[in-house]
Amino acid sequence: MSETITSKHVSFLEHKGKYKGLLGWILSTDHKRVGLLYLYTMLVFFSIAAILGLLMKIQLIAPGYTIMGPQTYNSMFTVHGIIMIFIIVVPGLPAVFGNFFLPIMIGAKDVAFPKLNLASWWIYIIGILVVLSSQFVGGWPDTGWTFYAPYSFRTPTNVLPALFGAFILGFSSILTGINFVVTIHRMRAPGMTWFRMPLFPWTLYATAWIQILATPVIGITLLLTVMERVLGVGVFDPTLGGDPILYQHLFWIYSHPAVYIMILPGMGAISEILPVFSRKRIYGYKAIVLSSLAIAFVGYFVWGHHMFTSGMSGRALYAFSFLTFIVAIPSAIKVFNWVATMHKGSLNFQTPFYWAVSFIFVFMIGGFSGLTLGSLATNVHVHDTHFVVAHFHFIVFGGTGYSFMAALHYWYPKMFGRMYDRGWANTGWAVFFGGFLTLYLPMFGLGMQGMPRRYYDYLPEFHTGNIISSLGAILMIVGAIIVIVNLVRSARYGEKTSEKNPWGGKTLEWETDTPPTLENWEDLPTVEERPYEYK
Amino acid sequence: MSEEKQHISSYTSHILVLGALLVLTAASVAVTSLEMGKYNTLVAMLIAGTKAGIVLTWFMHLKFDNKIFAIFTVAVIVLFLLVLYVTFFDYSYR
Repeated sequence: MSETITSKHVSFLEHKGKYKGLLGWILSTDHKRVGLLYLYTMLVFFSIAAILGLLMKIQLIAPGYTIMGPQTYNSMFTVHGIIMIFIIVVPGLPAVFGNFFLPIMIGAKDVAFPKLNLASWWIYIIGILVVLSSQFVGGWPDTGWTFYAPYSFRTPTNVLPALFGAFILGFSSILTGINFVVTIHRMRAPGMTWFRMPLFPWTLYATAWIQILATPVIGITLLLTVMERVLGVGVFDPTLGGDPILYQHLFWIYSHPAVYIMILPGMGAISEILPVFSRKRIYGYKAIVLSSLAIAFVGYFVWGHHMFTSGMSGRALYAFSFLTFIVAIPSAIKVFNWVATMHKGSLNFQTPFYWAVSFIFVFMIGGFSGLTLGSLATNVHVHDTHFVVAHFHFIVFGGTGYSFMAALHYWYPKMFGRMYDRGWANTGWAVFFGGFLTLYLPMFGLGMQGMPRRYYDYLPEFHTGNIISSLGAILMIVGAIIVIVNLVRSARYGEKTSEKNPWGGKTLEWETDTPPTLENWEDLPTVEERPYEYK
Repeated sequence: MSEEKQHISSYTSHILVLGALLVLTAASVAVTSLEMGKYNTLVAMLIAGTKAGIVLTWFMHLKFDNKIFAIFTVAVIVLFLLVLYVTFFDYSYR
């Protein structure tokens, strides 16, 4: 009896289950441990992909051959893209913070299907191994992460494992989505009605539906590309009567909603952080919920803006351009609500708040440059230039990356029961932010000047912008190292804390122990009011 | 534990579903001999859609289950049709 009580009060980090040591982690069905497994895996692969990105920027510091030739450069941006997209930002916040905090935030003891949850991580690992196998046999793939037809089945490089690995990774995403939808429908605590649910779970819900409905499209597309390459089935190959633009349609039918898989949970995390550090109720709770659902829905119909110069019909161009402008509206609603939440709030300048506010800043730049690209006339001029690279990184890295860091610094004491060094955390953020802007802002100018993307070399007139950008990359990596070393070191040596609510949050995760116990709650909580009710 | 009542389908309904699927399969083969131009695909898709609808409604019990499942299924089909419609905005006007 006493043993049972003791084990109930032990944190999930110290809990001794059936297995010990490493097995106690990789075979654990505890949603918190699964979330941390994703975090550690992503940390490793983020470091690898960031180094590849840095090497590319060093190559571009001067025209001509600097440290690598064209084939190596092509492989670098392909592998950088595949790792960053399929292994880091698509699973991203849902896999780490969704797994860790969704059950706690809705007052549940675990996700609906804990074994399936662990299986998702294992499928994720198998997918990664298959993708990585492409690096060691037959030469790195050089197609770019988009695997465009017909090059993806003509290139002599080893693209098959990369395609198949991405296909496997999709299953992990689908299973996580199913788990979250069922968890949110069936396991909310007594009294937690839909409109009493915090905004992070709401965005996970919207994201989960995209994961379930859009991911199979990329799965079948990648499989068709494998069949095209191996069997020559002729779906995409124009020499066999296929249509390469059909590949682009199918690829972007998934990959554009995937941008919302990446960004929506980030928006949810920001919506958690801002009221806490403004000491104010979130402005327009229902508007944020509905705009999340609207983004998830309208986001399905804008994929064609990636294909404006591919040879689509004129009417399709107008339709996609129009829809692209429509999808900007719900995003703008969110930004308005975040700013209104901070307005006249009692702002508490802490590390998560810095990341959250800088998220809004870089996301706005990414969003507005997206409208430039969504407009048909300007798109023709800047398509496939560095302008697109800048826009993409402001949205995906600036959006998902900043919100991920904001969420990590916000929930860190709850996850690890230790506090990071705030001075180093703030320094790391400042260096990273400065490096980020120095790296990506010049790319807008380079793109407007006409510098194409995915080239290892460039004309002398692009030199100044590239020097600034490459120096920014070095600065940003220094910032990232400060941030990551501080977090990793603090997980072991940081100041211990068992304080339940260090930030003064109003959502359920701040009512449970720090770090949470195995099943989060001794008695399920009862929810009696909406979240963020600061009086 | 939930005490939800389970619906058990009769043999008659299973046989009717089987019969309908066989007839529609024969129909989908038969229409291939008709020259309808680009509408051939549309007709084939309609027949396949009808078959899927029968399977979902009776064989997979959507008709007898909680209405929320039917609502979600219809919503997904509508989304799929919208995606097809937008795709054909390109193909139809090229």
